[in-house]
Amino acid sequence: MAAASYGPPEGGESRLAAFLGDGDELSAFRAMLLIRRFEEKAGQLFGMGLIGGFCHLYIGQEAVVVGMRLAARETDQFIASYRHHGHLLACGVDPRAILAEMTGRRGGLSGGKGGSMHMFAPELDYFGGHGIVGAQASIGAGLAFANAYRDDGRVCVCFFGDGAADQGQVAETFNMAALWRLPIVFCIENNRLAPPGGQRPEFARRGAAFDIPGESIDGMDVHAVREAGGRAIARARAGEGPSILEMRTERYRGHSLGDPAKYRRKDEERGVHAPDPIERLKEKILASGGADEAAFKRLDAQVRAIVAEAADYAATSPEPDASELATDLWL
Amino acid sequence: MATHVLMPALSPEMKFGRLTKWLKREGDRVEAGDILAEIETDKATMEIEAGEAGVLERILAPEGAEKIEVNTPIAVIARAEPGAAEPQSGAAPAQAPADENFATLRITMRDALREALAEEMRRDPAVFVLGEEVGEGHGAPKVTHGLLQEFGARRVVDAPISEHAFAGLGVGAAMAGLRPVIEFMSFNFALQAMDHIVNSAAKTLYMSGGALNIPIVFRGPNGARARVGAQHAQDFSAWFAHVPGLKVVAPYSAADAKGLLKAAIRDPNPVIFLEHEQLYGQSFPAPRGGDHLVPIGAANIARAGRDITLVAYSHGVGLALKAAERLAEEEIEAEVIDLRTLRPLDMPTILGSVAKTGRCVVVDEGWPQGGIASEVSARLMEEAFDDLDAPVLRVTGKDVPMPYAANLEKLALPTEGDIVVAAKKALYLKT
Repeated sequence: MAAASYGPPEGGESRLAAFLGDGDELSAFRAMLLIRRFEEKAGQLFGMGLIGGFCHLYIGQEAVVVGMRLAARETDQFIASYRHHGHLLACGVDPRAILAEMTGRRGGLSGGKGGSMHMFAPELDYFGGHGIVGAQASIGAGLAFANAYRDDGRVCVCFFGDGAADQGQVAETFNMAALWRLPIVFCIENNRLAPPGGQRPEFARRGAAFDIPGESIDGMDVHAVREAGGRAIARARAGEGPSILEMRTERYRGHSLGDPAKYRRKDEERGVHAPDPIERLKEKILASGGADEAAFKRLDAQVRAIVAEAADYAATSPEPDASELATDLWL
Repeated sequence: MATHVLMPALSPEMKFGRLTKWLKREGDRVEAGDILAEIETDKATMEIEAGEAGVLERILAPEGAEKIEVNTPIAVIARAEPGAAEPQSGAAPAQAPADENFATLRITMRDALREALAEEMRRDPAVFVLGEEVGEGHGAPKVTHGLLQEFGARRVVDAPISEHAFAGLGVGAAMAGLRPVIEFMSFNFALQAMDHIVNSAAKTLYMSGGALNIPIVFRGPNGARARVGAQHAQDFSAWFAHVPGLKVVAPYSAADAKGLLKAAIRDPNPVIFLEHEQLYGQSFPAPRGGDHLVPIGAANIARAGRDITLVAYSHGVGLALKAAERLAEEEIEAEVIDLRTLRPLDMPTILGSVAKTGRCVVVDEGWPQGGIASEVSARLMEEAFDDLDAPVLRVTGKDVPMPYAANLEKLALPTEGDIVVAAKKALYLKT
């Protein structure tokens, strides 16, 4: 994998270093593994009753956000749906703050007032975390509008699923993004689980009526995601307008924990369709001699330690003070 | 004794104006408040009214005169009786000091709003206007007239008919630190955008634990426009005022509209700015001074009185003021409170008035159930029960979709007569 392009354009310490290391192949593996282990832990905490309400896990789709993170600059904006723990991590948010938000604690990213779906890190150019399906498309176009308004060369990377792609506001947003040539990349994370089901191969062509180019990408391959992401982001940065990237991916768990997920494909069908993105990269690295099994074991132990510490923090951080009930209504 | 009427400045930037029309002739007797003339600049049209009674002795700037410098005398008014006016020398008088100008400027609601937008766009490059036909079409309510020419298409953005998505786009731009002013052609169409107004704009600061504020203004015409039927004539005040995280403003006078819109644009929170269809063309005394700001959250006592409190907002204030005049003919002194802001409600001003009068009628053009009038009434019951000498009464729109037929439409909306009747009822007087 080539040298990372995610670093701050001005140079200096990257705020993504903790997540993405040098941006090399092994770092990409570690980043995906962190998301996987984090989500597994979130699932456990949900099972223990520490996380309430909804908990939408990203397991299986890790290559999408990590590939796009590798393709983007650090100051490009990311915006996503409620299934966004991976996106938060990919923007450099402290895992402890994410998990403590999910347990509704004072140390959470939103002080416990947002919950799993509602977290924002504007200082890291991460703009949520949107619980209304498809909302991030038009809000993301607003971020891109601001980039064009300021002519600052930044690009918005907007993630949503195949379900959100059916929302009316997404079509409205495509129209405006094309009309004003907004610097935005729409990443449709197509896990093929959205209603009404069945084969719907047309996502890359959803922008055709607006002359928005689209590509269908193997979203289980972090390299493919990164390369396609790089092309689309470069195009947006050059002032040539929006692109659509359909990321063909697989979600291994139900919509939200507590969802029996009877509609999910059986493991064997899934395995044939697309190998696990993390295993796939590991095999590639092993084959090329980039690292050995011992190195992978060390990485896994490292990642598990980060997640264990986050879980400990999320379980022990106190609940918000009652006085916080009516704060943050107005600035 | 004679006084000069001077060419007024409509904005700090204005240097010249054009005299479009004289409404009085030389020798006419004028009363305070009489419209003397209309003037215009490239941006706005205004009326000049007489500040006090006298005789229009001489017109110095003829109708159609162009490029009249600000502060140049345009007329002479004799303040005393007609015969006693001082004779003028033939030469045009020298520039008179500003304090001799007793003419009062008048301005329409529409022009006041445009001034507010233009001034804020000049002040802050992050402010932009986006909506349907706001550029080439000057906006449906014509508030954005001339802005495209001054600020260009980058900052005066013609949006497609996509209320849902362009409201969301505005929220995103605000997240990125811009100051969007999103115009709805009518607030009836804002229902398409309700999700972003409530779920994205209003809640994000709270959901982010204070990390991300949304400095955005959603503005446009609200309320009953004449003869457009049920889907285009509705007062949505209560809908927005229900939502924590929003500020909701509904001005009556042009000066308040200007000062409140400027304050709304500077506010770091989402503000719903409800203009009234029927007030756009109405003239009001213009605000004085360059940077006229009115604080959000402060009601105004539009008329003082001791017998009963009439609480109203937006177009309803005009009805309440007229009702107060009719009540005054029967020696009932009504105090009229113009709420100006519907969230946060200025309860101290309302409570202070009711503590004095002991009676209250609330005027609300919207539907009665769960409305602004219901809210004020409930809060008075909770917070001022001991001050009340009679139940608080509501004068609201009828509980029906807006009918089209002229007679039915009239019946569906509150009138000054309804307010008079309610006031007398609250005073236990025969109507």
